[in-house]
Amino acid sequence: MPDYEAVIGLEVHAQLKTRSKLFCACSTVFGEEPNRNTCPVCAGMPGALPVVNKKAVEYGVKLSQALDCQVNDRSVFARKNYFYPDLPKGYQISQYEHPLAEEGQLEMPVNGSMRQVRIVRIHMEDDAGKSIHGAENTSYVDLNRTGVPLLEIVSGPDIFSPDEAVAYLKSLRNILIYLDICRGNMQEGNFRCDANVSVRPRGRPEYGTRTEVKNMNSFRFVHKALTYEINRQIELLEDGEQVVQETRLFDESSGQTKSMRGKEEAHDYRYFPDPDLVPLSISVRDREEWSRELPELPLSKWRRFLRDYALPEEAADILTGEKDMADYFERVVACFGEPQTVGNWMISEMLRELNEGNISASESPLAPEQLAELLRLIQQEKISSKIAKQIFPEIFARGLDPETYVEEKGYLQITDESRLQEVVREVIAENPDEAASYKQGKKKLMSFFMGQVMKKTQGQANPKLVDQLLRSELGG
Amino acid sequence: MTAIYQMSLTEMSHRLQSRELGVEQAVSACLERMEATEPDIGCLLHLERETALQRAREMDAAGPDPEQPLWGVPVVIKDVLATKDVPTTCGSRMLESFVPFYDAEAVDRLKRAGAIILAKSNMDEFAMGSSTENSAFALTRNPWDTERVPGGSSGGSAASTAAGQTPLSLGTDTGGSIRQPAAFCGCVGIKPTYGRVSRFGLVAYGSSLDQAGPFARSVEDAARVLQVIAGKDAKDSTSSPEPVPDYIAALAERDDLKGIRLGLPEEYWGEGLESDVDGVCRSALHKAQELGAELVPVSLPHSPYAIAAYYIIVMAEASSNLARYDGVRYGYRDTSEKELTRMYFATRSKGFGREVQRRIVLGTYVLSAGYYDAYYKKAAQVRRLVREDYQRALQDCDLLLAPAAPGVPFRLGEKVEDPLQMYLTDIFTNPLNLTGLPGLSLPAGLGPETGLPIGLQLFGPSFGEEKLLQVAYVLEGALPDLPFPRGVDK
Amino acid sequence: MRISKEEVAKIAHLARLEIGEADLGRFAGQLTDILDYMDILNEVDTSQTEPLYSPVEHETPYREDEARSECSKEEVMRNAPRSDGEYFLVPKVV
Repeated sequence: MPDYEAVIGLEVHAQLKTRSKLFCACSTVFGEEPNRNTCPVCAGMPGALPVVNKKAVEYGVKLSQALDCQVNDRSVFARKNYFYPDLPKGYQISQYEHPLAEEGQLEMPVNGSMRQVRIVRIHMEDDAGKSIHGAENTSYVDLNRTGVPLLEIVSGPDIFSPDEAVAYLKSLRNILIYLDICRGNMQEGNFRCDANVSVRPRGRPEYGTRTEVKNMNSFRFVHKALTYEINRQIELLEDGEQVVQETRLFDESSGQTKSMRGKEEAHDYRYFPDPDLVPLSISVRDREEWSRELPELPLSKWRRFLRDYALPEEAADILTGEKDMADYFERVVACFGEPQTVGNWMISEMLRELNEGNISASESPLAPEQLAELLRLIQQEKISSKIAKQIFPEIFARGLDPETYVEEKGYLQITDESRLQEVVREVIAENPDEAASYKQGKKKLMSFFMGQVMKKTQGQANPKLVDQLLRSELGG
Repeated sequence: MTAIYQMSLTEMSHRLQSRELGVEQAVSACLERMEATEPDIGCLLHLERETALQRAREMDAAGPDPEQPLWGVPVVIKDVLATKDVPTTCGSRMLESFVPFYDAEAVDRLKRAGAIILAKSNMDEFAMGSSTENSAFALTRNPWDTERVPGGSSGGSAASTAAGQTPLSLGTDTGGSIRQPAAFCGCVGIKPTYGRVSRFGLVAYGSSLDQAGPFARSVEDAARVLQVIAGKDAKDSTSSPEPVPDYIAALAERDDLKGIRLGLPEEYWGEGLESDVDGVCRSALHKAQELGAELVPVSLPHSPYAIAAYYIIVMAEASSNLARYDGVRYGYRDTSEKELTRMYFATRSKGFGREVQRRIVLGTYVLSAGYYDAYYKKAAQVRRLVREDYQRALQDCDLLLAPAAPGVPFRLGEKVEDPLQMYLTDIFTNPLNLTGLPGLSLPAGLGPETGLPIGLQLFGPSFGEEKLLQVAYVLEGALPDLPFPRGVDK
Repeated sequence: MRISKEEVAKIAHLARLEIGEADLGRFAGQLTDILDYMDILNEVDTSQTEPLYSPVEHETPYREDEARSECSKEEVMRNAPRSDGEYFLVPKVV
């Protein structure tokens, strides 16, 4: 029985963060009352004509540059013709033979190594509206989303597992967010993914029959759907059956992919160059300016973090996983230094608070300078690390100055030797049996005494000092 | 003072500005003329009687604006151009109930120049036709002989202007739909260079071919209208940034045609011409020579292929342009159907007339999988060759001349049974749309045998409307004036 | 016949048009005539010719990314065959 490997290609649609739509000046703001952001152009009214949004082109070119693609001097908008109520013109304006960019690559870290995935093409197109299916055999059509700019990013069949697929999506999404051109939120629908999946006996060059999988609305579901589909195809082949080329929808409730056959008809889109638009030509000046404006991209930043901050890979992954997080980290390090300490703290304490509040680092109520201050207090032994972790949720949530808070609440670590000595002597005096056992050799009891001293000092005693004092009082 | 309905635009405009003529007076006179002629020729689909009179009164009260070159002038607009708050049907049941809330840019420019929209004119449905017989609503008759067609698809506008309903009207030309009806009705018609006039609000038929342009009863009048509607529009990506020259000033620059080389493409002056067309057009050429022009034989060798290329391209584009008529957001919907796909089929099959359906099916066919290269791409390649032919000929000549049609206006009903025959009547006009170059149709005289108007076409270089108008103006001066059409003057 | 009744029906279907059975034959005949006529293009050597899809010669006109609201929802929905003032209503696809 042959061992099978999976071959996956991904098509991502990224909704761009422009203020206006791709071909008209209607607002792209989400959540407006239905059909508020419409006009003759995006509503497909007689005689209306499209005019290209330059910002959308800029975003498309920047993404292409970030993915090392060849940006075509001349790309052509083409009509993709089909009928649906949320497609007012009866065609989508997309790009077909001459897309915006081609032949690039995305580099991503997967399980400790770097993989390259080819980017076959990137093109621009306008989004469709929404059809909501209601009662009494009626559908409700809202055209607010019609005409919002999309970039379609097509990968080569270079992804070989669900894990890799998710890694690819995360990397791509991260790049989009770093470029600030897309919100990258799958649940909101501004980052969508369809997959082409096939299997073949391991090591064989020919591709198996592929299916298209749609309706995966989160990274987790992508992973689930792909896992299911790959297994389904393998089982079919092992049973001596064929994989049918078809489109399958992921069903969240069952975790399975289901065939769309019967519902879907073969589409003949009859693509042809849109005569209402002039072929898109991008000037050298624009291209160079946009290239200069590219920010440091996630992979570069990751590499730089490894190199300049001597961070372990996993830590660098998390810290550069979100641009906001990386920016925050660097601001703290700029104040405080000690990148490993900062990194550890952010990963263990801050990330938790951010996740709970469902906010990004840029929305953190606690400023980077304030975190730096907290870390400085620990470094100066003014508070213990333990206390710091204890008070962190509160100072984070309220954006409080750590030093002021610690002083007001009296959390300052007790380092006054004479005071500590008093407490140590008290504890020893109150526990004569344990003291005697310790002196006779039960050294493990040190932690008992430490605990007692901490209890009496509400955990604020400087542990190093306490240890020293205990040893000297107990004699070794 | 001339009878108001007989006034040229130039004269009417002048008298309105000087207040010899009131706006309400002008509008009322046009309405009367419409009332008198409509029973015979049926040009109009919709009349804005009360709105126009109201507007006229307001304008009379405010007084003339010298900055508005068409101040107070009543106009007729082909029903393919969107007019705000006024029905825009494109001659189709599909849009019978459609009232846009926006104006076409060309209409807006006329309004801003002070013109008053009086009526919407009849047309072949969605501009598909050469006789205006494909309208879902009305039959328009040629004002020279009411048993004959006015031409199409802008037959309503051409007949209206020829009959004197208003001094000017707007039409659109995709394959000759201004030039051919202008010739058939004995008035001047201009198809501007593609991109000269905005297509915003011009309901699309062949997007890479459509242009809006004027009908008028003199070259000067037509120039005045072109002056107002020409120029870049940010709402139309295909609209050209080429600056608009002063067309009226250009008219004054020439008294004769000395030094002008007029090319005569041999493919248009051969045997297929009806004798009246041949006679009248050659007589006009003679006049041109007398004025000092040199006639130069040229060839446009790809002419035999141009019609096929044209129809493939226009039908392909149309099949896509008409996909938006689905009954969802506006227009006709077959509400008896309770399922979406059935609703689409019923709406489109009932809303569109037969010719429109035929062209949509053909257009869909030539774009469909497996046929694209053989038809659409091939046609586009031939298109380039046709354009190169014209550009080459125009390197050697100032303008090219040809009859506007091979025959006189044909009889109503004569060609409706055979679509291919109907398509072939455009043979002299639709190659020009492939090239994007400008064309003007000038009444050259009445045929000696038939007494019907014959038009002469002038083709110019890209954005060469100045030269077209100049030469046409001089030639017009030497040609006999046409009387008012006898079909409406009893 | 170059284009059969079945093929006409199929193409019409793509365009959401239903040609009645009675008309299909005649339609197919007319379309065949027209397509046969178009074969004339095969006489032209276009092997060295770039297609010309539009006469336009100017550069891409761009629009600045500014949101503007130039019409109201009421205007856009005014001509709707069926709406509730909020949405366009259509029969569901089955």
